Amino acid sequence: MSEPLLRVRDLRVEFQLARGTLRAVDGVSFDVHPGESLGLVGESGSGKTVALRALVGLLPRTARITGGTVEIDGVDVSSASEARRRELRGTTVSMIFQEPMTALNPVMRVGEQIAETPLVRLGQSRREAKQRALELMRLVGIPDPTRRAEAYPHELSGGMRQRVMIAIALSGNPRLILCDEPTTALDVTIQDQILKLLQQLQRELDVALVFVSHDLAVVAQTSRRVAVMYAGQIVEQGAVADVFREPRHPYTLGLMRSVPDFDAVRETLTAIPGAPPDLASPPRGCRFHPRCQFVQTDCLEGEIPLIELGGDCAARCLHHDQVALDVRREPVIADG
Amino acid sequence: MAVAAEAVVEAQLIEHRRGFAKRWYRTPSFVAGVTILGLIVLAAIAAPLITTHGPTSQDLLNTLQGPSGKHWLGTDDLGRDVWSRLVYGARTDLKVAFLAVLFPFTIGTLIGLVAGYYGGWVDTITNWLVNVVVAFPFYVLIIALVFALGSGTRNIYIAITIVGWVSYARIIRGEVLVAKRRDYVLAAKSGGLSDARIIFRHLLPNVVTQAIVFACSDIVLDILAIVTLGYLGLGVQPPNPDWGRMIADGQTFLTTHWELSTVPGIAVVVTALGLSLLADGLADLLRPE
Amino acid sequence: MNLGGYVLRRLLQLVPITLGVTILVFFLIHLVPGDPAATILGNQATPARIALLHHQWGLDRPIWVQYGKFMGRVVHGNLGDSLFYGVSSGHLVLQRLPVTLWLIGFGTLLSVLIAVPLAAIAATNRDRIPDHVVRAVPLVGLGFPPFWVGIVLLLVFGLHVGRAFPVGGYGNGFVGHLHSMFLPALTVAFGIAPILIRSLRASLLEVLESEYVTTARAKGLPESRVLVRHALRNAVVSTVTVLGVNIGYLVGGTLVIEQVYALPGIGQLMINSIFQRDFPVVQAVTLVFSIMVVLVYLLSDVVHALLDPRVRFD
Repeated sequence: MSEPLLRVRDLRVEFQLARGTLRAVDGVSFDVHPGESLGLVGESGSGKTVALRALVGLLPRTARITGGTVEIDGVDVSSASEARRRELRGTTVSMIFQEPMTALNPVMRVGEQIAETPLVRLGQSRREAKQRALELMRLVGIPDPTRRAEAYPHELSGGMRQRVMIAIALSGNPRLILCDEPTTALDVTIQDQILKLLQQLQRELDVALVFVSHDLAVVAQTSRRVAVMYAGQIVEQGAVADVFREPRHPYTLGLMRSVPDFDAVRETLTAIPGAPPDLASPPRGCRFHPRCQFVQTDCLEGEIPLIELGGDCAARCLHHDQVALDVRREPVIADG
Repeated sequence: MAVAAEAVVEAQLIEHRRGFAKRWYRTPSFVAGVTILGLIVLAAIAAPLITTHGPTSQDLLNTLQGPSGKHWLGTDDLGRDVWSRLVYGARTDLKVAFLAVLFPFTIGTLIGLVAGYYGGWVDTITNWLVNVVVAFPFYVLIIALVFALGSGTRNIYIAITIVGWVSYARIIRGEVLVAKRRDYVLAAKSGGLSDARIIFRHLLPNVVTQAIVFACSDIVLDILAIVTLGYLGLGVQPPNPDWGRMIADGQTFLTTHWELSTVPGIAVVVTALGLSLLADGLADLLRPE
Repeated sequence: MNLGGYVLRRLLQLVPITLGVTILVFFLIHLVPGDPAATILGNQATPARIALLHHQWGLDRPIWVQYGKFMGRVVHGNLGDSLFYGVSSGHLVLQRLPVTLWLIGFGTLLSVLIAVPLAAIAATNRDRIPDHVVRAVPLVGLGFPPFWVGIVLLLVFGLHVGRAFPVGGYGNGFVGHLHSMFLPALTVAFGIAPILIRSLRASLLEVLESEYVTTARAKGLPESRVLVRHALRNAVVSTVTVLGVNIGYLVGGTLVIEQVYALPGIGQLMINSIFQRDFPVVQAVTLVFSIMVVLVYLLSDVVHALLDPRVRFD
């Protein structure tokens, strides 16, 4: 197995708030190999978006990386200078954002925005960059690119805008693309188109993807491996098929049971009771224990480690076997 | 029903005022503004006590003297004590500025209330008037009006009112447009309260804060206007001391006695600074939480 | 809707306002208590002169007829003759207009050159020392009477520091103009810059938090390009409107500054005419000033639409 393209070890990110320090990401570790796709799943507030942005140093003003390392292509970016990080952005690593209406410069034509990275970062001439932009627009499926390149973002539909975002992300020939809920703000039908496009591009161009979403179905469609996040920590990770078919963490189980999208043969649809914890003062012991149906006394104190379960799977639960039993009794996904 | 609405408004106002009383001393800009302005106002009020000469008494044997024990800031070209003229000038300019802000405030607020509450053609005409007045460069219109009406303080008030009501009307109208859709107004209306009562007892206390905040920064503009008019010879008439007039008179002696023009200007700047700080502080304090 | 359509629409909206302006200007005479002619003429009044003015202004006719005739003359460019100089007011105004236009244009340019870098420094150093320093500028600066600033500048640069600039007058030739007009334009600039700085800084702070700036940074673009091509480019959109609104103030400021520097512009013409009781000229200048302001509002709207493509699609 080749060297990982992205190595995250024990990442910690804190927010300075008026009422104290909030640890949004607390000891997250994962690897992404070239050409691989990893999904990062969790509710809002789980820390998935913060973790993603921390990878390239695009955190808001009030946030700081307070621990851990991030290595991209062998370079330690967490302790590197801003200049070094900037070098990698756009060319080695690029990002796709959730809301293309706000993520695109409203007063700049889309063609120009797509051509910007080739022009400024890859040293292409104006004409070359323009050609490249048109090429990319064709690649992402924008019809009539020559005319569309002259348009402003507000003149395009939501799906078109997201395609433009994808084109921008591809324009620097990246090896890794970070996707921050790119389909959440879109119509369901468009969502599907964009997801298929991403899958196709990933295969054809052999780029690695880290795909953040709260939507399990979307992650199932785009990623081969998944990490489930809760309250700033990874609570389960493994191959998508394994994790979703046989979750080993109560939270993952709860998520699976509350999602109606899968072709599940289930009588009941249950939501997870309770609410995510306040990360300025998380609960002692397992962070999920206040909402957990399998909770026992040893869950209430101490750090719960991520337990290896073999075959690339891991779960942060002392009673993962209980969870497995529960799944066997009442499968989350129908066979076949 | 209407009684309930009135009770709600009362409660809101009390809450507002209590919040203000609790925080004013912790807002640095407010405190600084009050301090600076307070000192100047005190000096103006205590003018006879802190000056040794009258502001208009000439001493043609001792013109253009530099600062000395007898004349703290020296004398001007007619032998008048500069310090005294400065302090009495504060009296004149401050008084005129405060009054000059009061009339536009009152008239503008009234017009804004009516235009915002009734809407329709009243509003349209008001808007048109506002746009017409705004189309005139501020100073041009004031100067033209002072020309037409003649100089002197009374006409300064009239001129500034004619030009200045516009901003207040706009602010109040904007606030009323938002406020009149609030529950307490609808409750009052359905409770059968008269329009006048609704406007004055219910809307006014809630929309007037923005206008008050603006008034503070407007005083700065008015002081500048009065001083400018004084400079041009169209303002407060001599021999009443006025900072603008002092600057104008001093300009002839720029090469030899530059302090004659500079010192009154500094007085204006400091006064304006105090007022601006006060305005900022008030804005912070009166901002709804 | 394209840019041309937008401009046309705005022009049409300005018609009732312009009409209102002419009415106000026209009624300036009627504001004067007593017999306007006698008051205007002051101690130059003789029965013959009074009667002449009455006739010249048509004061012996019903008011709407008077207004009609007034408008009729205005449309033909006839703004009455100067009582003092005897020539057409329009001619006097045209003669001196270039000076005032120079002052306004140069002043606006300088104010932008001052405000933009300062606002950028403040916004990119939020809550640190440079920011606090820049924020103090509008606070203190707005209290400076423009004419006093002019005098101080005259004192320092005109009379002392190497007598770098002339103390008055318009100068000859383009370079001469630049030289003579520099201090006056700087005075004008110091007047508007504080407001611009405040507005642009606020705008920039907002823009710098937006998603598209993050996108630009995600492209790994140098921070200077992010600031100029993405942040500033969007922040100036709302500042243009603020600048336009303050032109009303700016134009008035030139009037006083022309006095300070003895510049032969229409502002000085107005002041002199006021003291000379030369009413037709005062009326003419007031009208011209107002038309200028209205045009400036139009211009700022047009520039706004140019800068922000979303506006045109209304």
